[in-house]
Amino acid sequence: MNPSRCAACRYLRRRCPPDCIFSPYFPPNNPQRFASIHRIYGASNVAKLLQRLPSHLRTQAADSLYLEAQYRIEDPVYGCVGLISLLQQQIHDIERQLAMTQAEIAFRARHPQAVEGNLLNNVGNPSFSNQASSWFM
Amino acid sequence: MRSHEPRSTSSCAACKLLKRRCSPTCIFAPYFRSDEPKKFAKVHKVFGASNVSKILIEVPEEQREDTVNSLVYEAEARLRDPVYGCIGAIALLQRKMIELQHDLALARARLARYAANYSTGVAGTELDRLTMTGLGEFLVACGGFMDSFNQSSSYQVNQDAHMYDLTQIPYVYHDQL
Repeated sequence: MNPSRCAACRYLRRRCPPDCIFSPYFPPNNPQRFASIHRIYGASNVAKLLQRLPSHLRTQAADSLYLEAQYRIEDPVYGCVGLISLLQQQIHDIERQLAMTQAEIAFRARHPQAVEGNLLNNVGNPSFSNQASSWFM
Repeated sequence: MRSHEPRSTSSCAACKLLKRRCSPTCIFAPYFRSDEPKKFAKVHKVFGASNVSKILIEVPEEQREDTVNSLVYEAEARLRDPVYGCIGAIALLQRKMIELQHDLALARARLARYAANYSTGVAGTELDRLTMTGLGEFLVACGGFMDSFNQSSSYQVNQDAHMYDLTQIPYVYHDQL
């Protein structure tokens, strides 16, 4: 047994050649990293992908493949796409809040004499902000 | 004389690509119709048919369509950007969210100053100072969010490059599907 085999070659139970495409990115001290990638993508697909990239980009590719594989193992239905959907929803919510706040600022700028007492309490209140927004428009 | 077996006219896209008979219980058939050959080709190129099959078998039948859709999405992202795939999209969205949170905090601070200026009748400089101090702490916390993503994933966003832009294709295979 060659103790210096990379994690991929150990997993695949083969000799690790000096020009092994996997060895720079799958060190022997982290066997789970290659196991995850192999489970989702397969060794052959990963090898082809890495070989087609310039060598200075392969570390990032291996890292991102590992992350995506982990997401897919944890959530076989949605993988990392679940996180993308969540982020898009959160962005949509923040954009909506920002639009409402900006509408209220515009309203305040035009009506500085309006009653201020409950203004801050109404930030984020859809019915109040809709009134302000509709006036602004 | 050769006997001619009846040819199946209903092979799914997967079995056509894999050049095999499409059985009535084919796991791919409900989700990879024969009129969408590129859909399976993309998934096969990134994940491999065998791995896709294993993933589909693992999930309940009612969730397989969603699973296929997310696999297709991931495969397309990886083919467009072989280096970062979907992880690039996630980093971009997280950066956008931090920027929006920053904008929202500024807008709310400005709105608060309107209220303060009206109620105090003065420029409200003290409130401005306190608001901006709190805002500064908030922005530091927002920066920490991106850092924690990087640390937990041990994956560094390519920050020394230009802003990652999904409308641009940073690295393109010329022979991709």
